[in-house]
Amino acid sequence: MKSGVRSQGSGAGKYEAVIGLEVHAQMLTDTKIFCGCSTKFGSEPNTQTCPVCIGMPGVLPVLNRKAVEFAVRTGLALNCKISPYSRFARKNYFYPDLPKGYQISQYELPICEGGYVEIVVDGDVKKIGITRIHMEEDAGKNIHEGGGSYSFVDLNRAGVPLMEIVSEPDIRSPKEAAEYMKKLRTSLRYLGVCDGNMEQGSLRCDANVSIRPVGQKEYGIRAEVKNINSFKFVEKALEYEIKRQIKVVEEGGRVIQETRLFDSATGTTHSMRSKEEAHDYRYFPEPDLVPIKADAKWINEIKDALPELPDAKREMFVSEYGLPEYDADFLVSERSLAIWYEDAVKAGGQPKAVSNWMMVELMKLLNDENKTIEDCPVKPLQLARMLKLIDNGTISGKIAKTVFEDMYRTGKDAEIIVREKGLIQISDSSEIEKTVDEVIAKNPKEVERIKAGDEKLLGFFVGQIMKATKGKANPQMVNDLLKKKLQQ
Amino acid sequence: MKITKEEVEHIARLSKLYLSEKEAEMFGEQLNKIIGYVEHLNSIDTSNTEPTSHVIPLNNVMRNDSPVLSLPAKEALRNAPDPTKKFYRVPKIIE
Repeated sequence: MKSGVRSQGSGAGKYEAVIGLEVHAQMLTDTKIFCGCSTKFGSEPNTQTCPVCIGMPGVLPVLNRKAVEFAVRTGLALNCKISPYSRFARKNYFYPDLPKGYQISQYELPICEGGYVEIVVDGDVKKIGITRIHMEEDAGKNIHEGGGSYSFVDLNRAGVPLMEIVSEPDIRSPKEAAEYMKKLRTSLRYLGVCDGNMEQGSLRCDANVSIRPVGQKEYGIRAEVKNINSFKFVEKALEYEIKRQIKVVEEGGRVIQETRLFDSATGTTHSMRSKEEAHDYRYFPEPDLVPIKADAKWINEIKDALPELPDAKREMFVSEYGLPEYDADFLVSERSLAIWYEDAVKAGGQPKAVSNWMMVELMKLLNDENKTIEDCPVKPLQLARMLKLIDNGTISGKIAKTVFEDMYRTGKDAEIIVREKGLIQISDSSEIEKTVDEVIAKNPKEVERIKAGDEKLLGFFVGQIMKATKGKANPQMVNDLLKKKLQQ
Repeated sequence: MKITKEEVEHIARLSKLYLSEKEAEMFGEQLNKIIGYVEHLNSIDTSNTEPTSHVIPLNNVMRNDSPVLSLPAKEALRNAPDPTKKFYRVPKIIE
Protein backbone atom coordinates (compact mmCIF):
# COMPACT_ATOMS: atom_id res chain seq x y z
CA MET A 1 0.00 0.00 0.00
CA LYS A 2 1.15 3.49 -0.79
CA SER A 3 1.90 6.11 1.79
CA GLY A 4 -0.84 8.48 0.59
CA VAL A 5 -3.51 6.61 2.49
CA ARG A 6 -1.42 5.45 5.39
CA SER A 7 -0.59 8.98 6.44
CA GLN A 8 -4.21 9.92 6.93
CA GLY A 9 -4.49 9.81 10.68
CA SER A 10 -5.73 7.18 13.11
CA GLY A 11 -7.03 3.92 11.75
CA ALA A 12 -5.95 4.72 8.21
CA GLY A 13 -3.01 2.30 8.20
CA LYS A 14 -5.34 -0.66 8.58
CA TYR A 15 -7.11 0.05 5.30
CA GLU A 16 -6.22 0.33 1.68
CA ALA A 17 -8.15 2.22 -0.95
CA VAL A 18 -9.34 0.68 -4.20
CA ILE A 19 -9.99 3.22 -6.92
CA GLY A 20 -11.18 2.98 -10.50
CA LEU A 21 -11.60 6.03 -12.70
CA GLU A 22 -14.11 6.74 -15.45
CA VAL A 23 -12.76 9.51 -17.61
CA HIS A 24 -14.87 11.32 -20.19
CA ALA A 25 -12.85 13.00 -22.90
CA GLN A 26 -14.43 15.31 -25.46
CA MET A 27 -13.01 14.48 -28.85
CA LEU A 28 -11.45 17.23 -30.94
CA THR A 29 -13.64 16.69 -33.98
CA ASP A 30 -15.04 19.68 -35.89
CA THR A 31 -18.57 18.30 -35.83
CA LYS A 32 -20.81 16.36 -33.47
CA ILE A 33 -20.84 12.58 -33.35
CA PHE A 34 -24.14 12.02 -35.17
CA CYS A 35 -24.77 15.27 -37.08
CA GLY A 36 -22.83 18.03 -38.83
CA CYS A 37 -23.32 20.72 -36.16
CA SER A 38 -20.12 22.48 -35.06
CA THR A 39 -18.49 21.53 -31.76
CA LYS A 40 -16.86 24.94 -31.24
CA PHE A 41 -16.71 25.88 -27.55
CA GLY A 42 -18.08 29.17 -26.24
CA SER A 43 -20.60 30.05 -28.97
CA GLU A 44 -23.95 31.74 -28.26
CA PRO A 45 -26.33 29.27 -26.58
CA ASN A 46 -28.44 27.05 -28.81
CA THR A 47 -26.85 28.19 -32.06
CA GLN A 48 -25.12 24.88 -32.80
CA THR A 49 -28.05 22.48 -32.91
CA CYS A 50 -30.16 20.76 -35.55
CA PRO A 51 -33.14 18.39 -35.63
CA VAL A 52 -30.81 15.39 -35.01
CA CYS A 53 -29.11 16.65 -31.85
CA ILE A 54 -32.24 18.22 -30.34
CA GLY A 55 -34.15 14.99 -30.75
CA MET A 56 -36.83 15.85 -33.29
CA PRO A 57 -38.95 12.87 -34.36
CA GLY A 58 -38.12 11.12 -37.60
CA VAL A 59 -34.47 12.10 -37.86
CA LEU A 60 -31.60 9.64 -38.23
CA PRO A 61 -28.11 9.87 -36.71
CA VAL A 62 -25.09 9.27 -38.99
CA LEU A 63 -21.78 8.41 -37.33
CA ASN A 64 -18.77 10.75 -37.65
CA ARG A 65 -15.88 8.69 -39.06
CA LYS A 66 -13.32 10.92 -37.36
CA ALA A 67 -14.78 10.12 -33.93
CA VAL A 68 -14.28 6.41 -34.54
CA GLU A 69 -10.73 7.03 -35.76
CA PHE A 70 -9.96 9.06 -32.65
CA ALA A 71 -11.31 6.31 -30.38
CA VAL A 72 -9.30 3.66 -32.24
CA ARG A 73 -6.19 5.86 -32.14
CA THR A 74 -6.58 6.25 -28.39
CA GLY A 75 -7.20 2.54 -27.94
CA LEU A 76 -4.04 1.65 -29.85
CA ALA A 77 -1.98 4.14 -27.85
CA LEU A 78 -3.35 2.74 -24.57
CA ASN A 79 -2.51 -0.84 -25.58
CA CYS A 80 -6.14 -1.91 -26.08
CA LYS A 81 -7.61 -4.54 -28.37
CA ILE A 82 -9.71 -2.90 -31.07
CA SER A 83 -13.02 -4.71 -31.40
CA PRO A 84 -13.55 -6.05 -34.91
CA TYR A 85 -17.29 -5.63 -34.38
CA SER A 86 -18.77 -2.87 -32.32
CA ARG A 87 -22.14 -1.18 -31.94
CA PHE A 88 -24.05 1.56 -30.19
CA ALA A 89 -26.73 1.22 -27.52
CA ARG A 90 -29.38 3.45 -26.02
CA LYS A 91 -29.03 4.42 -22.40
CA ASN A 92 -32.44 5.56 -21.25
CA TYR A 93 -32.97 8.26 -18.64
CA PHE A 94 -34.79 11.54 -18.29
CA TYR A 95 -32.98 14.79 -17.75
CA PRO A 96 -33.55 18.24 -19.23
CA ASP A 97 -30.14 18.28 -20.95
CA LEU A 98 -30.90 15.06 -22.83
CA PRO A 99 -33.40 15.92 -25.57
CA LYS A 100 -34.09 12.40 -26.86
CA GLY A 101 -34.72 10.86 -23.44
CA TYR A 102 -31.81 8.51 -24.15
CA GLN A 103 -28.11 8.88 -24.69
CA ILE A 104 -26.55 7.03 -27.61
CA SER A 105 -23.64 5.20 -26.02
CA GLN A 106 -21.98 1.81 -26.25
CA TYR A 107 -22.74 -1.03 -23.90
CA GLU A 108 -21.78 -4.63 -24.50
CA LEU A 109 -19.62 -4.17 -27.60
CA PRO A 110 -17.38 -1.13 -27.04
CA ILE A 111 -14.83 -0.07 -29.65
CA CYS A 112 -11.75 -0.84 -27.46
CA GLU A 113 -11.10 -3.25 -24.59
CA GLY A 114 -8.35 -4.47 -22.32
CA GLY A 115 -5.44 -2.00 -22.37
CA TYR A 116 -3.17 -0.39 -19.81
CA VAL A 117 -1.33 2.79 -18.89
CA GLU A 118 2.03 2.87 -17.12
CA ILE A 119 2.53 5.40 -14.35
CA VAL A 120 5.49 6.17 -12.12
CA VAL A 121 4.77 6.71 -8.42
CA ASP A 122 7.59 7.19 -5.90
CA GLY A 123 10.05 5.83 -8.46
CA ASP A 124 8.12 2.63 -9.12
CA VAL A 125 6.50 1.82 -12.47
CA LYS A 126 2.95 0.59 -12.13
CA LYS A 127 0.48 -0.65 -14.74
CA ILE A 128 -3.09 0.60 -14.50
CA GLY A 129 -5.47 -1.55 -16.55
CA ILE A 130 -7.93 -0.03 -18.99
CA THR A 131 -11.16 -2.03 -18.99
CA ARG A 132 -12.67 -0.38 -22.03
CA ILE A 133 -13.02 2.74 -24.13
CA HIS A 134 -16.41 3.48 -25.60
CA MET A 135 -17.89 6.28 -27.68
CA GLU A 136 -20.96 8.24 -26.74
CA GLU A 137 -22.65 11.59 -27.20
CA ASP A 138 -22.38 14.39 -24.65
CA ALA A 139 -25.47 15.92 -23.05
CA GLY A 140 -26.38 19.62 -23.10
CA LYS A 141 -25.48 22.09 -20.42
CA ASN A 142 -27.74 23.19 -17.57
CA ILE A 143 -27.41 26.66 -16.14
CA HIS A 144 -28.83 27.17 -12.67
CA GLU A 145 -27.62 30.66 -11.82
CA GLY A 146 -29.85 33.69 -11.84
CA GLY A 147 -33.06 31.93 -12.77
CA GLY A 148 -35.00 31.91 -9.50
CA SER A 149 -37.17 28.84 -9.73
CA TYR A 150 -35.95 27.97 -13.22
CA SER A 151 -32.94 26.33 -14.85
CA PHE A 152 -31.84 27.02 -18.43
CA VAL A 153 -30.66 24.53 -21.02
CA ASP A 154 -28.09 25.10 -23.77
CA LEU A 155 -27.94 22.20 -26.23
CA ASN A 156 -24.80 23.27 -28.11
CA ARG A 157 -22.90 20.51 -26.29
CA ALA A 158 -25.58 17.87 -26.90
CA GLY A 159 -24.11 15.37 -29.36
CA VAL A 160 -20.46 16.37 -28.98
CA PRO A 161 -18.44 13.14 -29.24
CA LEU A 162 -17.05 11.71 -26.02
CA MET A 163 -14.79 8.81 -25.24
CA GLU A 164 -15.35 7.17 -21.89
CA ILE A 165 -12.12 5.58 -20.71
CA VAL A 166 -12.78 3.15 -17.88
CA SER A 167 -9.89 1.93 -15.74
CA GLU A 168 -9.64 -1.30 -13.80
CA PRO A 169 -9.82 -0.88 -10.00
CA ASP A 170 -6.00 -0.97 -9.97
CA ILE A 171 -5.43 2.43 -8.36
CA ARG A 172 -4.49 2.31 -4.67
CA SER A 173 -4.01 5.93 -3.62
CA PRO A 174 -5.08 9.46 -4.54
CA LYS A 175 -1.53 10.11 -5.71
CA GLU A 176 -1.68 7.19 -8.14
CA ALA A 177 -5.02 8.50 -9.38
CA ALA A 178 -3.51 11.93 -10.03
CA GLU A 179 -0.54 10.38 -11.87
CA TYR A 180 -2.90 8.27 -13.96
CA MET A 181 -4.96 11.33 -14.88
CA LYS A 182 -1.82 13.29 -15.78
CA LYS A 183 -0.55 10.46 -17.94
CA LEU A 184 -3.88 10.03 -19.65
CA ARG A 185 -4.20 13.75 -20.32
CA THR A 186 -0.70 14.01 -21.79
CA SER A 187 -1.35 10.99 -24.01
CA LEU A 188 -4.70 12.35 -25.25
CA ARG A 189 -3.06 15.69 -26.06
CA TYR A 190 -0.17 14.00 -27.89
CA LEU A 191 -2.68 12.01 -29.89
CA GLY A 192 -4.56 15.19 -30.76
CA VAL A 193 -7.87 13.60 -29.79
CA CYS A 194 -8.76 15.81 -26.78
CA ASP A 195 -7.49 19.16 -25.51
CA GLY A 196 -7.52 17.88 -21.92
CA ASN A 197 -9.00 21.04 -20.42
CA MET A 198 -10.66 19.96 -17.16
CA GLU A 199 -11.80 23.47 -16.24
CA GLN A 200 -13.72 23.81 -19.51
CA GLY A 201 -15.08 20.30 -19.08
CA SER A 202 -13.42 18.70 -22.08
CA LEU A 203 -11.85 16.16 -19.70
CA ARG A 204 -14.03 14.93 -16.82
CA CYS A 205 -13.42 12.37 -14.17
CA ASP A 206 -15.69 10.21 -12.00
CA ALA A 207 -14.14 7.92 -9.41
CA ASN A 208 -15.29 4.62 -7.95
CA VAL A 209 -13.84 4.42 -4.47
CA SER A 210 -13.92 1.73 -1.81
CA ILE A 211 -11.76 0.72 1.12
CA ARG A 212 -10.86 -2.69 2.52
CA PRO A 213 -8.72 -3.93 5.41
CA VAL A 214 -5.12 -4.44 4.29
CA GLY A 215 -4.72 -8.05 3.17
CA GLN A 216 -8.36 -8.61 2.28
CA LYS A 217 -8.93 -9.85 -1.26
CA GLU A 218 -12.59 -8.89 -1.71
CA TYR A 219 -13.48 -5.35 -2.64
CA GLY A 220 -15.50 -3.21 -0.26
CA ILE A 221 -18.75 -1.47 -1.17
CA ARG A 222 -17.93 1.42 -3.46
CA ALA A 223 -19.18 4.95 -3.77
CA GLU A 224 -19.07 6.87 -7.02
CA VAL A 225 -17.65 10.38 -6.71
CA LYS A 226 -18.74 12.78 -9.44
CA ASN A 227 -17.99 16.39 -10.34
CA ILE A 228 -14.20 16.30 -10.01
CA ASN A 229 -13.86 19.18 -12.45
CA SER A 230 -10.31 20.38 -11.98
CA PHE A 231 -6.94 18.74 -12.09
CA LYS A 232 -6.01 19.78 -8.59
CA PHE A 233 -9.22 18.28 -7.18
CA VAL A 234 -8.52 14.69 -8.23
CA GLU A 235 -6.31 14.00 -5.23
CA LYS A 236 -8.30 16.18 -2.87
CA ALA A 237 -11.68 14.60 -3.64
CA LEU A 238 -10.29 11.06 -3.28
CA GLU A 239 -8.44 11.83 -0.05
CA TYR A 240 -11.63 13.18 1.47
CA GLU A 241 -13.75 10.24 0.30
CA ILE A 242 -11.27 7.63 1.59
CA LYS A 243 -11.09 9.36 4.97
CA ARG A 244 -14.86 9.52 5.11
CA GLN A 245 -15.27 5.80 4.38
CA ILE A 246 -12.62 4.85 6.94
CA LYS A 247 -14.41 6.95 9.53
CA VAL A 248 -17.75 5.29 8.73
CA VAL A 249 -16.23 1.83 9.16
CA GLU A 250 -14.20 2.76 12.26
CA GLU A 251 -17.36 4.01 13.91
CA GLY A 252 -19.02 0.67 13.28
CA GLY A 253 -21.06 1.78 10.29
CA ARG A 254 -21.21 0.48 6.72
CA VAL A 255 -20.36 2.22 3.49
CA ILE A 256 -23.37 2.24 1.18
CA GLN A 257 -23.33 2.10 -2.59
CA GLU A 258 -24.27 5.59 -3.76
CA THR A 259 -23.36 8.50 -5.98
CA ARG A 260 -21.60 11.36 -4.20
CA LEU A 261 -20.93 14.83 -5.49
CA PHE A 262 -17.59 16.53 -4.84
CA ASP A 263 -17.89 20.12 -3.65
CA SER A 264 -14.69 21.98 -4.50
CA ALA A 265 -15.58 24.90 -2.21
CA THR A 266 -15.57 22.72 0.93
CA GLY A 267 -13.34 19.90 -0.32
CA THR A 268 -15.98 17.37 0.74
CA THR A 269 -18.34 14.91 -0.95
CA HIS A 270 -22.04 14.60 -0.27
CA SER A 271 -24.66 12.04 -1.19
CA MET A 272 -26.83 12.51 -4.29
CA ARG A 273 -29.81 10.45 -3.24
CA SER A 274 -31.89 11.68 -6.16
CA LYS A 275 -29.98 9.40 -8.52
CA GLU A 276 -30.78 6.10 -6.81
CA GLU A 277 -33.73 4.76 -8.69
CA ALA A 278 -32.69 6.32 -11.98
CA HIS A 279 -29.78 3.85 -12.24
CA ASP A 280 -31.95 1.47 -14.25
CA TYR A 281 -30.92 2.53 -17.75
CA ARG A 282 -32.60 -0.27 -19.77
CA TYR A 283 -29.84 -0.38 -22.38
CA PHE A 284 -30.71 -1.87 -25.75
CA PRO A 285 -28.96 -1.89 -29.15
CA GLU A 286 -29.43 1.38 -31.05
CA PRO A 287 -31.69 0.52 -34.02
CA ASP A 288 -30.93 3.77 -35.90
CA LEU A 289 -27.22 3.02 -36.37
CA VAL A 290 -25.56 0.12 -38.14
CA PRO A 291 -22.63 -1.73 -36.53
CA ILE A 292 -18.98 -0.76 -36.94
CA LYS A 293 -16.63 -3.31 -38.46
CA ALA A 294 -13.06 -2.15 -37.94
CA ASP A 295 -11.04 -4.19 -40.43
CA ALA A 296 -7.29 -4.77 -40.12
CA LYS A 297 -6.50 -2.42 -43.00
CA TRP A 298 -8.23 0.54 -41.37
CA ILE A 299 -6.71 -0.21 -37.96
CA ASN A 300 -3.24 -0.44 -39.52
CA GLU A 301 -3.68 2.88 -41.27
CA ILE A 302 -4.52 4.50 -37.94
CA LYS A 303 -1.63 2.68 -36.25
CA ASP A 304 0.86 3.89 -38.87
CA ALA A 305 -0.24 7.48 -38.34
CA LEU A 306 0.19 7.35 -34.52
CA PRO A 307 2.48 10.11 -33.24
CA GLU A 308 5.39 9.29 -30.96
CA LEU A 309 4.03 9.12 -27.41
CA PRO A 310 5.56 10.78 -24.34
CA ASP A 311 7.23 7.62 -23.00
CA ALA A 312 9.00 6.91 -26.28
CA LYS A 313 10.00 10.55 -26.60
CA ARG A 314 11.39 10.67 -23.08
CA GLU A 315 13.49 7.60 -23.75
CA MET A 316 14.80 9.13 -26.98
CA PHE A 317 15.68 12.42 -25.28
CA VAL A 318 17.69 10.55 -22.64
CA SER A 319 19.46 8.06 -24.91
CA GLU A 320 20.00 10.19 -27.99
CA TYR A 321 20.43 13.68 -26.56
CA GLY A 322 21.94 12.64 -23.24
CA LEU A 323 19.41 14.64 -21.23
CA PRO A 324 18.91 13.97 -17.51
CA GLU A 325 15.57 12.28 -16.66
CA TYR A 326 14.40 15.48 -15.02
CA ASP A 327 14.84 17.54 -18.19
CA ALA A 328 13.27 14.83 -20.35
CA ASP A 329 10.23 14.57 -18.04
CA PHE A 330 9.65 18.28 -18.26
CA LEU A 331 10.10 18.51 -22.03
CA VAL A 332 7.72 15.65 -22.85
CA SER A 333 4.98 16.85 -20.49
CA GLU A 334 3.41 18.69 -23.43
CA ARG A 335 3.71 17.63 -27.04
CA SER A 336 4.17 21.25 -28.13
CA LEU A 337 7.12 21.66 -25.74
CA ALA A 338 8.74 18.48 -27.02
CA ILE A 339 8.30 19.61 -30.62
CA TRP A 340 9.74 23.06 -29.87
CA TYR A 341 12.69 21.44 -28.15
CA GLU A 342 13.38 19.04 -30.99
CA ASP A 343 13.16 21.85 -33.54
CA ALA A 344 15.73 23.89 -31.61
CA VAL A 345 18.08 20.92 -31.36
CA LYS A 346 17.65 20.09 -35.03
CA ALA A 347 18.46 23.73 -35.81
CA GLY A 348 21.87 23.16 -34.23
CA GLY A 349 21.29 23.92 -30.55
CA GLN A 350 23.34 21.85 -28.13
CA PRO A 351 20.75 19.51 -26.50
CA LYS A 352 21.46 20.28 -22.85
CA ALA A 353 21.89 24.02 -23.48
CA VAL A 354 18.52 24.19 -25.28
CA SER A 355 16.89 22.32 -22.39
CA ASN A 356 18.43 24.69 -19.80
CA TRP A 357 17.31 27.79 -21.65
CA MET A 358 13.82 26.43 -22.14
CA MET A 359 13.36 25.29 -18.53
CA VAL A 360 14.72 28.46 -16.96
CA GLU A 361 14.60 31.61 -19.11
CA LEU A 362 11.87 30.68 -21.55
CA MET A 363 9.48 29.21 -18.98
CA LYS A 364 9.95 32.21 -16.72
CA LEU A 365 9.02 34.63 -19.49
CA LEU A 366 6.04 32.53 -20.56
CA ASN A 367 4.78 31.95 -17.02
CA ASP A 368 5.02 35.66 -16.19
CA GLU A 369 2.46 36.31 -18.90
CA ASN A 370 0.49 33.11 -18.40
CA LYS A 371 1.38 32.05 -21.91
CA THR A 372 2.08 28.61 -23.35
CA ILE A 373 4.80 27.57 -25.75
CA GLU A 374 2.31 27.88 -28.63
CA ASP A 375 2.23 31.67 -28.11
CA CYS A 376 6.00 31.96 -27.74
CA PRO A 377 7.35 34.87 -29.82
CA VAL A 378 10.83 33.29 -29.98
CA LYS A 379 11.14 30.53 -32.57
CA PRO A 380 13.25 27.38 -31.93
CA LEU A 381 15.69 28.37 -34.68
CA GLN A 382 16.20 31.76 -33.03
CA LEU A 383 17.22 30.14 -29.73
CA ALA A 384 19.59 27.80 -31.56
CA ARG A 385 21.25 30.76 -33.27
CA MET A 386 21.57 32.71 -30.05
CA LEU A 387 23.27 29.70 -28.43
CA LYS A 388 25.73 29.73 -31.33
CA LEU A 389 26.62 33.33 -30.47
CA ILE A 390 27.53 32.16 -26.96
CA ASP A 391 29.50 29.19 -28.29
CA ASN A 392 31.58 31.22 -30.70
CA GLY A 393 32.29 33.85 -28.10
CA THR A 394 30.31 36.69 -29.69
CA ILE A 395 28.33 37.23 -26.48
CA SER A 396 28.78 36.08 -22.92
CA GLY A 397 26.25 33.81 -21.21
CA LYS A 398 25.28 36.69 -18.97
CA ILE A 399 24.62 39.12 -21.82
CA ALA A 400 22.71 36.33 -23.55
CA LYS A 401 20.03 36.53 -20.85
CA THR A 402 19.35 40.17 -21.74
CA VAL A 403 19.49 39.37 -25.43
CA PHE A 404 17.03 36.52 -24.97
CA GLU A 405 14.59 38.72 -23.09
CA ASP A 406 14.83 41.25 -25.93
CA MET A 407 14.20 38.51 -28.45
CA TYR A 408 11.11 37.51 -26.49
CA ARG A 409 9.78 41.09 -26.31
CA THR A 410 10.55 42.09 -29.90
CA GLY A 411 10.69 38.81 -31.84
CA LYS A 412 13.99 40.01 -33.34
CA ASP A 413 16.94 37.72 -34.07
CA ALA A 414 19.79 37.63 -31.55
CA GLU A 415 22.34 38.81 -34.16
CA ILE A 416 20.31 41.96 -34.81
CA ILE A 417 19.86 42.77 -31.14
CA VAL A 418 23.56 42.23 -30.45
CA ARG A 419 24.51 44.51 -33.34
CA GLU A 420 21.95 47.20 -32.56
CA LYS A 421 22.85 47.39 -28.90
CA GLY A 422 26.57 46.88 -29.34
CA LEU A 423 26.66 43.87 -27.06
CA ILE A 424 29.45 42.00 -28.78
CA GLN A 425 31.74 40.45 -26.23
CA ILE A 426 35.21 41.95 -25.88
CA SER A 427 37.65 39.11 -26.47
CA ASP A 428 40.54 41.32 -27.47
CA SER A 429 43.09 40.60 -24.72
CA SER A 430 44.89 43.95 -25.01
CA GLU A 431 41.62 45.83 -24.57
CA ILE A 432 40.64 43.71 -21.56
CA GLU A 433 44.12 44.04 -20.12
CA LYS A 434 43.83 47.82 -20.28
CA THR A 435 40.64 47.75 -18.23
CA VAL A 436 42.10 45.23 -15.81
CA ASP A 437 45.13 47.44 -15.23
CA GLU A 438 42.90 50.47 -14.69
CA VAL A 439 40.75 48.71 -12.12
CA ILE A 440 43.81 47.38 -10.28
CA ALA A 441 45.38 50.84 -10.21
CA LYS A 442 42.18 52.36 -8.79
CA ASN A 443 41.86 49.90 -5.92
CA PRO A 444 45.27 49.57 -4.20
CA LYS A 445 43.77 48.60 -0.80
CA GLU A 446 41.83 45.69 -2.27
CA VAL A 447 44.94 44.57 -4.13
CA GLU A 448 46.82 44.47 -0.80
CA ARG A 449 44.11 42.37 0.79
CA ILE A 450 43.86 39.91 -2.06
CA LYS A 451 47.62 39.48 -2.04
CA ALA A 452 47.38 38.81 1.70
CA GLY A 453 45.11 35.88 0.89
CA ASP A 454 41.56 37.31 0.83
CA GLU A 455 40.54 35.38 -2.29
CA LYS A 456 36.89 36.42 -2.03
CA LEU A 457 37.87 39.83 -3.37
CA LEU A 458 38.46 38.35 -6.81
CA GLY A 459 34.73 38.62 -7.38
CA PHE A 460 34.87 42.30 -6.55
CA PHE A 461 37.46 42.88 -9.27
CA VAL A 462 35.51 40.86 -11.82
CA GLY A 463 32.45 42.95 -10.99
CA GLN A 464 34.33 46.22 -11.44
CA ILE A 465 35.73 45.14 -14.79
CA MET A 466 32.32 43.98 -16.01
CA LYS A 467 30.86 47.30 -14.93
CA ALA A 468 33.54 49.19 -16.81
CA THR A 469 32.92 47.15 -19.98
CA LYS A 470 29.12 47.13 -19.59
CA GLY A 471 29.23 43.35 -19.12
CA LYS A 472 30.83 42.78 -22.48
CA ALA A 473 34.23 41.53 -21.41
CA ASN A 474 34.79 37.83 -21.97
CA PRO A 475 34.47 36.55 -18.37
CA GLN A 476 36.95 33.70 -18.82
CA MET A 477 39.62 36.08 -20.10
CA VAL A 478 38.92 38.54 -17.29
CA ASN A 479 39.38 35.79 -14.74
CA ASP A 480 42.59 34.53 -16.25
CA LEU A 481 44.11 38.01 -16.57
CA LEU A 482 43.13 39.02 -13.05
CA LYS A 483 44.64 35.91 -11.53
CA LYS A 484 47.81 36.37 -13.49
CA LYS A 485 48.20 40.02 -12.50
CA LEU A 486 47.21 39.73 -8.86
CA GLN A 487 49.47 36.78 -8.22
CA GLN A 488 52.48 38.72 -9.41
CA MET B 1 -42.84 -14.22 -18.23
CA LYS B 2 -45.29 -11.97 -16.51
CA ILE B 3 -45.02 -8.26 -15.82
CA THR B 4 -45.94 -7.53 -12.20
CA LYS B 5 -47.77 -4.47 -10.97
CA GLU B 6 -44.55 -3.35 -9.23
CA GLU B 7 -42.65 -3.52 -12.51
CA VAL B 8 -45.29 -1.43 -14.25
CA GLU B 9 -45.02 1.18 -11.50
CA HIS B 10 -41.21 1.11 -11.66
CA ILE B 11 -41.12 1.62 -15.43
CA ALA B 12 -43.72 4.38 -15.16
CA ARG B 13 -41.57 6.17 -12.59
CA LEU B 14 -38.47 5.88 -14.79
CA SER B 15 -40.51 7.29 -17.67
CA LYS B 16 -41.83 10.12 -15.49
CA LEU B 17 -45.39 8.89 -15.99
CA TYR B 18 -47.90 9.10 -13.16
CA LEU B 19 -50.45 6.29 -13.40
CA SER B 20 -53.61 5.75 -11.43
CA GLU B 21 -54.25 2.28 -9.92
CA LYS B 22 -56.64 1.55 -12.76
CA GLU B 23 -54.20 2.69 -15.43
CA ALA B 24 -51.36 0.66 -13.93
CA GLU B 25 -53.55 -2.42 -14.09
CA MET B 26 -54.66 -1.71 -17.65
CA PHE B 27 -51.13 -1.08 -18.95
CA GLY B 28 -49.87 -4.14 -17.10
CA GLU B 29 -52.37 -6.29 -18.97
CA GLN B 30 -51.44 -4.68 -22.29
CA LEU B 31 -47.70 -5.12 -21.65
CA ASN B 32 -48.25 -8.77 -20.81
CA LYS B 33 -50.10 -9.27 -24.08
CA ILE B 34 -47.30 -7.62 -26.03
CA ILE B 35 -44.61 -9.65 -24.32
CA GLY B 36 -46.63 -12.81 -24.72
CA TYR B 37 -46.88 -12.10 -28.43
CA VAL B 38 -43.17 -11.50 -28.78
CA GLU B 39 -42.47 -14.70 -26.86
CA HIS B 40 -43.79 -16.60 -29.88
CA LEU B 41 -40.36 -15.94 -31.33
CA ASN B 42 -38.82 -18.23 -28.74
CA SER B 43 -40.49 -21.20 -30.43
CA ILE B 44 -38.33 -20.68 -33.53
CA ASP B 45 -35.11 -22.72 -33.74
CA THR B 46 -32.27 -20.16 -34.03
CA SER B 47 -29.38 -22.51 -33.22
CA ASN B 48 -27.94 -21.97 -36.71
CA THR B 49 -28.61 -18.25 -36.92
CA GLU B 50 -25.96 -15.69 -36.07
CA PRO B 51 -27.21 -13.23 -33.44
CA THR B 52 -27.69 -9.69 -34.72
CA SER B 53 -29.06 -6.39 -33.53
CA HIS B 54 -29.74 -5.26 -37.05
CA VAL B 55 -31.57 -6.86 -39.95
CA ILE B 56 -30.12 -4.71 -42.76
CA PRO B 57 -26.86 -6.17 -44.11
CA LEU B 58 -24.92 -2.92 -43.71
CA ASN B 59 -21.89 -1.82 -41.68
CA ASN B 60 -19.77 1.30 -41.33
CA VAL B 61 -22.22 3.90 -42.56
CA MET B 62 -20.29 7.05 -41.67
CA ARG B 63 -19.95 10.68 -42.67
CA ASN B 64 -16.95 12.97 -42.96
CA ASP B 65 -16.19 15.44 -40.20
CA SER B 66 -17.34 18.50 -42.15
CA PRO B 67 -19.57 21.09 -40.48
CA VAL B 68 -22.93 22.04 -41.93
CA LEU B 69 -25.16 24.96 -40.98
CA SER B 70 -27.07 24.62 -37.74
CA LEU B 71 -30.53 25.98 -36.97
CA PRO B 72 -30.75 29.58 -35.73
CA ALA B 73 -31.54 29.64 -31.99
CA LYS B 74 -34.97 31.12 -32.67
CA GLU B 75 -35.84 28.26 -35.00
CA ALA B 76 -34.42 25.58 -32.68
CA LEU B 77 -36.39 26.93 -29.70
CA ARG B 78 -39.66 27.28 -31.58
CA ASN B 79 -41.17 24.00 -30.40
CA ALA B 80 -40.05 24.40 -26.80
CA PRO B 81 -42.92 24.81 -24.34
CA ASP B 82 -41.22 27.58 -22.35
CA PRO B 83 -38.25 29.14 -24.14
CA THR B 84 -36.47 32.41 -23.37
CA LYS B 85 -34.70 34.30 -26.14
CA LYS B 86 -31.64 32.06 -25.92
CA PHE B 87 -32.48 29.07 -23.74
CA TYR B 88 -34.88 26.25 -23.08
CA ARG B 89 -36.37 27.15 -19.70
CA VAL B 90 -37.25 24.29 -17.36
CA PRO B 91 -38.31 23.99 -13.72
CA LYS B 92 -35.29 24.35 -11.43
CA ILE B 93 -33.13 21.22 -11.44
CA ILE B 94 -32.16 20.47 -7.85
CA GLU B 95 -29.18 18.21 -7.17
